[in-house]
Amino acid sequence: MASEQVVSTPMPHAESKPGRNLKQELRRAGRRHQRSTLLLILPVFALVFAFFALPIAGLLTGAVNSPEYQQNFPRSAAIIEQEGGFNEAFYAALYADIRAADEARAVGKVGRRLNQDTAGFSTMLKKAARKSRKTVPAEGEHKAWFKSVDKRWVDARYQAALTRAAPAYTDFFLLKSLDLKRNADGDLTLVDEKKRLFVDVFLRTLTISFGVTVLCCLLGYPLAWTMVQASPKWRNVLLLGVLFPFWTSLLVRTAAWVIVLQKEGPINTLLVSSGLVDAPLTLVFNRFGVFVALTHILLPFLVLPLYSVMKTIPKDYMRAAKSLGARPVYAFFTAYFPQTLPGLSAGAILVFIMSIGYYITPALLGGPKDQMISYFIAFYTNNTINWGLASALALNLLIVTLVLYALYQRITGGNRVSLGA
Amino acid sequence: MTSDQNFLEFINIQKTYDGENLVIKELNLSIARGEFVTLLGPSGSGKSTALMLLAGFEPPTSGTIRLNGATLNSVAPYDRNIGMVFQNYALFPHMTVLENIAYPLRVRKVGKAEAAERAQKALDMVQLGQFGDRYPKQLSGGQQQRIAVARALVFDPALVLMDEPLGALDKKLREEMQVEIKHLHENLGLTVVFVTHDQDEALTMSDRIAVFNDGRIQQIDKPITLYEKPANQFVAEFIGETNMLEGTVAASDAQTTRIQLACGASVQATTVEPIATGARARLSVRPERMTINPSSDGGNLLPASLVETIYHGANAMMVFRLPSGETLTAQLRAGNPFLDMTPGTAANLTFNLMDARSFACA
Repeated sequence: MASEQVVSTPMPHAESKPGRNLKQELRRAGRRHQRSTLLLILPVFALVFAFFALPIAGLLTGAVNSPEYQQNFPRSAAIIEQEGGFNEAFYAALYADIRAADEARAVGKVGRRLNQDTAGFSTMLKKAARKSRKTVPAEGEHKAWFKSVDKRWVDARYQAALTRAAPAYTDFFLLKSLDLKRNADGDLTLVDEKKRLFVDVFLRTLTISFGVTVLCCLLGYPLAWTMVQASPKWRNVLLLGVLFPFWTSLLVRTAAWVIVLQKEGPINTLLVSSGLVDAPLTLVFNRFGVFVALTHILLPFLVLPLYSVMKTIPKDYMRAAKSLGARPVYAFFTAYFPQTLPGLSAGAILVFIMSIGYYITPALLGGPKDQMISYFIAFYTNNTINWGLASALALNLLIVTLVLYALYQRITGGNRVSLGA
Repeated sequence: MTSDQNFLEFINIQKTYDGENLVIKELNLSIARGEFVTLLGPSGSGKSTALMLLAGFEPPTSGTIRLNGATLNSVAPYDRNIGMVFQNYALFPHMTVLENIAYPLRVRKVGKAEAAERAQKALDMVQLGQFGDRYPKQLSGGQQQRIAVARALVFDPALVLMDEPLGALDKKLREEMQVEIKHLHENLGLTVVFVTHDQDEALTMSDRIAVFNDGRIQQIDKPITLYEKPANQFVAEFIGETNMLEGTVAASDAQTTRIQLACGASVQATTVEPIATGARARLSVRPERMTINPSSDGGNLLPASLVETIYHGANAMMVFRLPSGETLTAQLRAGNPFLDMTPGTAANLTFNLMDARSFACA
């Protein structure tokens, strides 16, 4: 009797508001679980955030961020910002800025930034700095002094460049990365035909990436299919063949392609000695070489997700289709192929996104007309130290990739694709 | 020239995959039009291989398969006009139910409207008429299997093959589907070749059962004949439960064989094939044909003691031990007073001559 009472006491309490208690319990348990999960991923998250996300975000802001002028030439920048015009006061401020910057050895930095906009500024600034050390213009004579140093200082074109460089944020690099510029009135115009470059490079990058993706699909699909059909022994051999390049250094593989495809390389030797061609073919340092090497290097990224999807499709589907009267080719395209689409598209998008940003291989195996956007990003980063333009190009690349990915998700219905499948 | 009796024929079929081991050693089988024949056997017995040969997914190593008088050997699977139902359903996941069912019609270039109408009819036939727009994944296993059946029937195939179609379903659903498939067979006059390893399923559904073992048909007969008159020890043991007792043949003629059992008793059994006197033989009796004899007179009497009683609801299994140490089970209906016997009690087990069969020891 007593024990029954003990057992039954909690019951009315639990029944009075069971929903609430249960929900609270559940939430508490859920929070505990979430906390421990968070703790597990925290180190990785911190690492990625500190050494990957932040620097990239910082670099990308470089596409619109141009503090050089404002930081080093604060007096003249303030006048430009207030639209004070290029009057005597401006040139007086500019002179003071140049003197201060010359003392702080910061003239070169500003010169480089201005030169990125309009060529000639670097020399003009250096000359003005040098002369300013010796001569101090009289009150009200600053504009004349600048004109006497270099008459370009009072030229509207160069004044417009100063206007563009003065604010801390600029759309100059972004526009330039799209072959656009602002004219003297501030309207958007295409740059001169001879100077147009980046739209072409973008289109070239997309074309090459698309071509490589198509080639990978055409070569990879039969390969993945053969791997699925093969006996376990052969499957392992084929899998090893796919994975082997994976384990080899990218640089080694790229260099190997140079050797294989060059004029005196084994392929040309074979072609010439067998009499198929009279003179060695140009197989490398052109578009052909880029296609061959990129396809070879990116093929595993198509084959592996596709293979893993194909592996899960039972043979019975093809058999069922045949027993229902479908000829092999028809059965393949109606019963089998649609089921492999998630794997194929996951692989294709992986290959496309990877090749769109590929650097080393096209840089080493392509000719000047085959360089992709990443080459130019590296060029502006390392060679001309124009990080603004490099950042703008990188931002464009990122946006194009994201837009294509979103489009693709739209088309395929989203949830069907999982990268890495 | 084609006889309805020999609608489908396997003639001297052999099959090997590796060139060394024959999966099918010898297969001769005739199936009549409209017949429901089950290929029953343990895994690896060759029954599924026989179905693969019939569907055309594998070529026979030697021999001929004929359907409706025409040789099938060189006919491609897609030209055989044979409907097939697979164990895992094999419904195309990227097509709706109706698209799945219309698939064989689409392949045959049937007009869109007609195809839709026939597919809907087939869907109604399996009582899933309102599920046409769903995808297979949205349906239960039993529903998917019905769709697969509808798809295999919609193009009026000459023959329907079913490869363990109910293997993935739970017991209750399986029994429902057995009845449903049986009704479809009867109502549509289908010729069905059904493969299973489940003897209950085979006994329930089939006109005839071919029992496979070791690459050969051990016996092909009506379910009742198979159960009551197994042709050999394998069939007796594979179909239903049976008691096997070893002994020496005392006398054997065309009707009865007398066997001196190891436990000391001398019993008589129906002869399957006459056995030489003095040879080793086995006696087979079904547990439900065993009775407990209160007195100790009469023939075919085995003195034994009760080991345990296993309760099954409608009936119970009583396990006895013979003086030789062999065990023997008797199946009794619930309510039988003998079920109250305590373990260790001695009892006399008897059986009828007609219910016992003698097989020579291999």
